[in-house]
Amino acid sequence: MASTTAEHPRGGPDRTSPPPKRPRSPRSIALWTAVAAVGAVCWTVLAVSRGETVSALWILFAALGSYAIAYRFYARFIVTRVLKVDDTRATPAERLQNGVDFEVTDRRVLFGHHFAAIAGAGPLVGPVLAAQMGYLPGTIWIVVGVIFAGAVQDLVVMFFSVRRNGKSLGQMVREEIGIVGGVAALIAVFAIMIIILAVLALIVVNALAESPWGVFSIALTIPIALFMGVYLRFLRPGRVLEATGIGVVLLLAAIVLGGVIDSTSLGETLTLSRETLVIALVVYGFVASVLPVWMLLTPRDYLSTFMKIGVIVLLAIGLVIARPVLESEAVSTFAREGNGPVFAGSLFPFVFITIACGALSGFHALIASGTTPKMLAKESQVRVIGYGGMLMESFVAISALIAASVIDRGLYFAMNSPAGATGGTVETAAQFVAGIGFTISPADLTAAAAAVEEPSLISRTGGAPALALGISQIFEGAFGGGLQAFWYHFAIMFEALFILTAVDAGTRVGRFMLQDTIGNIWPRFGDLSWRPGNIMSSAIVVGLWGYILYVGVTDPLGGINQLFPLFGISNQLLAAIALTLCTVLLIKHGKLKYAWVTAVPLAWDLVVTMTASYQKVFSSNPILGYFAQRQRYADALNAGEVLAPAQDLDQMQQIVTNSTVNGVLQSLFAVLVLVVIGNAFVVIARALRAGGHLPTTEVPHQPSSLVEPSGLFPTAEERATMAERRELVGAGRPASHRERPGHTGPDAEESR
Amino acid sequence: MTAVARAWQGVRWYLREFTGESRWDAYVRHCVEHGHPPRTRREFERARADLAERSVENRCC
Repeated sequence: MASTTAEHPRGGPDRTSPPPKRPRSPRSIALWTAVAAVGAVCWTVLAVSRGETVSALWILFAALGSYAIAYRFYARFIVTRVLKVDDTRATPAERLQNGVDFEVTDRRVLFGHHFAAIAGAGPLVGPVLAAQMGYLPGTIWIVVGVIFAGAVQDLVVMFFSVRRNGKSLGQMVREEIGIVGGVAALIAVFAIMIIILAVLALIVVNALAESPWGVFSIALTIPIALFMGVYLRFLRPGRVLEATGIGVVLLLAAIVLGGVIDSTSLGETLTLSRETLVIALVVYGFVASVLPVWMLLTPRDYLSTFMKIGVIVLLAIGLVIARPVLESEAVSTFAREGNGPVFAGSLFPFVFITIACGALSGFHALIASGTTPKMLAKESQVRVIGYGGMLMESFVAISALIAASVIDRGLYFAMNSPAGATGGTVETAAQFVAGIGFTISPADLTAAAAAVEEPSLISRTGGAPALALGISQIFEGAFGGGLQAFWYHFAIMFEALFILTAVDAGTRVGRFMLQDTIGNIWPRFGDLSWRPGNIMSSAIVVGLWGYILYVGVTDPLGGINQLFPLFGISNQLLAAIALTLCTVLLIKHGKLKYAWVTAVPLAWDLVVTMTASYQKVFSSNPILGYFAQRQRYADALNAGEVLAPAQDLDQMQQIVTNSTVNGVLQSLFAVLVLVVIGNAFVVIARALRAGGHLPTTEVPHQPSSLVEPSGLFPTAEERATMAERRELVGAGRPASHRERPGHTGPDAEESR
Repeated sequence: MTAVARAWQGVRWYLREFTGESRWDAYVRHCVEHGHPPRTRREFERARADLAERSVENRCC
């Protein structure tokens, strides 16, 4: 078909000029003024309320109002002024459509895919831990962070990847910054993925340890997924909705059944220690990575995605109905003094480290480059999918923060402080909580555990149990019916389910990266269909995260307390790499004037991560600094002493080893990021010397023949264009051919 | 069509697109347009699963 830009009403000779300004309608002005007013009122209430009861809904609406304003104005500014998205350009999906990875996808469907890929347990867990500082620091960082950093990163990375045929972050760093930066970025991405997988697995282990109900229902997800796999492969191929429907029903049955077996002998058998769960998870991770994806991974992904979206919607509804009151203070003393039991360090920088996902998550850059850009129909859709998708994740983080803040403070600290501090019994935990300035009686602690039918809630660290408790309280308040124990295990199940999905998928991605890299030296190893290569690389990846998981689980100081900062810092260091790439590209494209859009969040991110890294590596305070901690325990060990919370010399040795491992990893990440940034400075200097322009790997403009709306809802103008287009195309070719893409599928493979 | 029916259609359309279930319909339509006989659904879904085997889809934290 002869398709030219002339056909396109918004095209024309001058493609780079901003779209013509339309006069604002009074209705639109009134609407946005109202949204701004609602947001401002909510923020004011949060800012001035002290020592009185504050409804959680103020947080919810402050966030929603801010998101709406940011999406409408800032995201629009970025796409039209800074990036100058150009819908007359054919996207990689249109130009390279092959029915496999390049595929024009409906923006609403792609939004769902992208959101399901970026949002996992991270935005749920980080805010729960950060609630130790009070609700206000976390709320401000989640909202401000997403608007100016997280969503900007996702949007800009996605845009640059679209302009480069969907290249991955690592490829872009290598080609646009340099080989040194490229190699450093590759190692950093791999290492960070390993840490992330280990910490995610640690959250599951902590949530399931000594909880037969949880173990039973999670274990049943494996046969349920296998059944769905068989159903889709042999019984009724392709009927995904049917299979998922059956899967969800079985899943709910598994949760109910878990309550029944809880007090039986099977329940006793399923009361597993953390160490046993580590072995089970490592074996599971390895098997899942080697098995064909149709058996376990694909069906599990369907289940986890539907559960994820279902729970998020339910939580939003539950919050509005239950209108819970915040139990947490706005800013706690731990924020100022840095002596909180949940994680060490003061508000700056550690709130910004603990909450990564939901505010600024570097991991998203891996999804925003690579998969999603190959499916975009129009460049302008990066706004709704990149920026909008991240706003939605931020909303999840806000909901989690609220759920953690409605729990009684004494109970919150009894749950989230390491066993070394609480002593593990209700009496010692009540004493400990009193020692840090809160009150809860042993009887209340026992009653709280009984309400969710768990043997104990003391030191159930990792964030997942506390979140599940908060969610169960909100749902019980909203829907009633005395189902708190069900909701608690429902929430645990849903977190564990998608953590396991992330662990499966992450292990596979790590395996592919490893095979790809080693394949450069040993081509056979790079062949994805070579079985021994798969097995070896899976074993290496699982072994690596398994080791760190083991370190976390057996750490006498409390694994989450030790590892979560490492997870947050590494995730945000990855963001630093992504934002560096974006800044370099803006400058290379001659947009120095707008480089602040990514340079300011980059500067902030670097200040936060480098301060945190510096403190974790060099602090002389053994609670904070890994090496100071190592020194303290090594000295005592040499003198033959045992320091609490270690109970014997073996545990002393373990602390020494663990702090060394953590400290070395922490330093390694920081150094790798500094290498990338150093290399970036060289490129920026070169660009500035060359008059603020350097050639890039951007694919030249090729005209698009697609007509698709930019946002979720088509504007009146877009509707008219699409109708006009249908008439134009109508004679020669069915309109549906262009408007409902996705018609090729494997057939494209066949016909090539 | 009533509003409820339209909403239901929309939800159904979305879910089928989202899960990739509608790929089959699109494939059959494509075959009809181009005049070649479609494969069986079983073969088609197998081929899609084989593609998924080689694709890298990450899931974030």
